[in-house]
Amino acid sequence: MKSFSYVITDEVGIHARPAGILAKEAKTVDSKITLSANGKTAEATKLMAIMSMGVKKGMEVTVTAEGGDEDASIAKMEEFFKANL
Amino acid sequence: MERYKGKSIFKGIAIGKIKFYFKGKQQVKREKVDNIEAEIQRYEQAKEKAVGQLNALYEKAVQEVGEASAAIFEVHTMMLDDDDYNDSVHNIITSQGVSAEYAVATTGDNFATMFSEMEDEYFKARAADIKDISERLITVLSGGASGSDIGEEPVIIVAEDLAPSETVQMDKDKLLAFVTELGSANSHTAILARTMNLPALIGVEIQESWNGKMAVVDGYSGTLIIEPDEDVLASMKARQEQDRATRELLSQLKGKEDVTLDGKQIKLYANIGSIKDVAMVLENDARGIGLFRSEFLYLEKEDYPTENEQFQVYKTVAENMAGRRVVIRTLDIGADKQVDYFKMAHEENPAMGYRAIRICLDRVEIFKTQLRALFRASAYGRISIMYPMIISVDEVRKIKTIVHQVKAELDAEGIAYGEVEQGVMIETPAAVMISDLLAEEVDFFSIGTNDLTQYTLAIDRQNSKLDSIYDSHHPAVLRMIQMVIENGHKGGAWVGICGELGADTTLTETFLKMGIDELSVSPTFVLPIRKIIRETNLN
Repeated sequence: MKSFSYVITDEVGIHARPAGILAKEAKTVDSKITLSANGKTAEATKLMAIMSMGVKKGMEVTVTAEGGDEDASIAKMEEFFKANL
Repeated sequence: MERYKGKSIFKGIAIGKIKFYFKGKQQVKREKVDNIEAEIQRYEQAKEKAVGQLNALYEKAVQEVGEASAAIFEVHTMMLDDDDYNDSVHNIITSQGVSAEYAVATTGDNFATMFSEMEDEYFKARAADIKDISERLITVLSGGASGSDIGEEPVIIVAEDLAPSETVQMDKDKLLAFVTELGSANSHTAILARTMNLPALIGVEIQESWNGKMAVVDGYSGTLIIEPDEDVLASMKARQEQDRATRELLSQLKGKEDVTLDGKQIKLYANIGSIKDVAMVLENDARGIGLFRSEFLYLEKEDYPTENEQFQVYKTVAENMAGRRVVIRTLDIGADKQVDYFKMAHEENPAMGYRAIRICLDRVEIFKTQLRALFRASAYGRISIMYPMIISVDEVRKIKTIVHQVKAELDAEGIAYGEVEQGVMIETPAAVMISDLLAEEVDFFSIGTNDLTQYTLAIDRQNSKLDSIYDSHHPAVLRMIQMVIENGHKGGAWVGICGELGADTTLTETFLKMGIDELSVSPTFVLPIRKIIRETNLN
């Protein structure tokens, strides 16, 4: 299992659109991606589950990759978070 | 005539007939189905069709309101694709043997409830999106046509609530305003209203009996006026005309440089009295703030504002102005602005009394607190400091000594601060007469024409009996302004005007020809003045 932590800088937090793009992105990687923040956990491929975490600006999110090519998956996710959130 | 209050989403005036908008409310009954496999197929086909509709809506919205606001329909497509949502629909159809309509309605309700129970306003407002996609699916499933016919004549739409897709489908040319009972300022319908420049009110207790009645939506005060009388109608029409003129100026002049025909760059800034006005400054596209009256920090408090309270306010303004110049005037109370906790003695002639810099140089601790806050904030933007009511070089030197101490203290504490320009208000005849000497001491002058006129003409502006002899264009005042500009330039200081005369469009050309470098005016005057600057030739 590989993971990283990231502090959200987007003004609105993980809002609908990036959550949607994240869900799409998470479906393209090899590993199962999980997000935890705000005391909740959700699979990254699930838009509504991600949104229901209510992640706001300044909160720390832990992203984990499990199974498959974890290194490549986590690198791709890290890149996504830095660019979009 | 009746008035109803609501929360305004977009500042503007709309006048017209009300059209009561009834949602095609779909009552979904729990119906059993025999062929579960076929029902799931039916759902999948409906979903495909809904995605097609959303793509078309997205295209329409991109054309009409731009990509940023259209993104909502892209998000709706993503939501329709959500695994949990789809699993729930499939599961309800399969396990309960019910129709796809019922499964969608139940799933939609569950997800909407989940969002509406969240604490954060943004996420709470997403419940409306879930309802919107669910209703779209049900409409497709039940073969209903979606589309919102609002008739031929432009109307004010009154509805319990509006989904973004309903809003976008309405013919833009026939929409004057929205009034809804539900909805939030963060809802997409609210965002769309702002993008379309449509006055909109939410939180109004609506009545069906309004249908077809004449009404005014006043987005400035958040009021809906049903059957307005002649006077109200006339004043609202005038306001509407003013808005139209401003919008026209904006579309012509927003983003344009403040430069004369022969190429002189003018600093066109705005005056503000509190942090709330910054939005107006940005809306009207001023290139900086030429006068931030810091008094409000003191006037709205029961006790002296702390260094940190002040620092936060100055920092916020500097950051919001993102590198543009922000000239903050130090405390200017006394005269007509009194604060109880300063415990000042009664004066016979307060306009010429214990006020402004005179208080600051006497009660140095108050002054130092403000200066520390200002210098600390200067690390976050481009702050300039301006001192009011100056009459002598000695005062400026005293100020400089105190500034020096403040900087030394900050250095010793390791607190960062930026480059800060310092200037003085020229608002006394004394300052005008020694402006050559003052120019050697400071970076800039800002002429406060209100006080300068009152002191020069010896006319109390608050005495209405003297209105007939009060001449704001008096040659004595204009000559003083000319003198200050010349002396300022000789001493290497830039010169601006921040008093009311700066916004007097009949004098703009005169000031430009005198060589003025900066004009700082109320935000709403920025664009009219920009227009004149751009049409003036100095040669």
